[in-house]
Amino acid sequence: MAFETFADFIAMGKHGPFVWSAYGIAALVLVANLVLIRQRKKHVIQTIQRKLKREQLEHEPR
Amino acid sequence: MIDYLVKLYHKLGSPKYLFGIAGRFQPWLLGLSLLLLIPGIIYGLGFAPPERYQGDSYRIIYLHVPAASIAMSGYFSMAILGIVVLVWRMKAAEMMIKVIAPLGASFTFVCLVTGSIWGKPTWGTWWVWDARLTSMLILLFLYLGVMALSSAIKNPAAAGRATALLSVVGAINLPIIKYSVEWWNTLHQPASIKMTSSAIAPEMLFTLLTCMAGFYCLFGAMVLAALRTEIIHREQRTRWVRDLVTTGV
Repeated sequence: MAFETFADFIAMGKHGPFVWSAYGIAALVLVANLVLIRQRKKHVIQTIQRKLKREQLEHEPR
Repeated sequence: MIDYLVKLYHKLGSPKYLFGIAGRFQPWLLGLSLLLLIPGIIYGLGFAPPERYQGDSYRIIYLHVPAASIAMSGYFSMAILGIVVLVWRMKAAEMMIKVIAPLGASFTFVCLVTGSIWGKPTWGTWWVWDARLTSMLILLFLYLGVMALSSAIKNPAAAGRATALLSVVGAINLPIIKYSVEWWNTLHQPASIKMTSSAIAPEMLFTLLTCMAGFYCLFGAMVLAALRTEIIHREQRTRWVRDLVTTGV
């Protein structure tokens, strides 16, 4: 362990705000990537499903 | 061997095959990335020794260097795929360029932001217009340019060719980024890690390489996941995608 106490770990030798904001922003960007990938998948699949349903209705005899 | 590679190349050109193989590798890459990143980041933040001159601010390196490396490799792979699109018109390569661009842009953004935050306590400034920083900012704009092109052109084949061309032409920036610290007098330091010798303590080096491998796996997993969606989108008129969508993905 490079730090004596947990408070030292948080303080990062006076550089705490820099280190933690860098890690925070990076984590946010990664999570945003994962969320956007998920949403796009859902959106694409739902759009195709809707299209297929519409086609089916059009081809059904009335 | 060459026969096998040619066959693999043709198979990878088939969206259906690519969809399957991307799905097979994606969870392994994601798992491997967690296996590397969780201990890598914990060790980097709490256990690796502090740097002699910078103290603990240097711990940003475990994000900054992997992000920078992926930002450049991402664009490099887009350039290779761009050549494949321009020469062989491979649809699968067009899709890959389209999904790599936003992910590469996000890693370039992380590289620039973490670098800026690191610069304040180390250099005394958030930003300078030196060659390394400026060429990295240009890389971000190139990524954004590819994204803009691909969303602005409605015809997918035309969009594919345009983005391929920008990917290939923009790759000129990559050697400029890499050698900027040697060609010009930059505030940014030259590379500490080289194939032959590294000017960095072994504990730090090992931690950095672990984080680097972990971020590469994560990037790969995200590219494959996004690629699968893009394949479904582009191939939505085919029988197999229709069947897949109705039975559930």
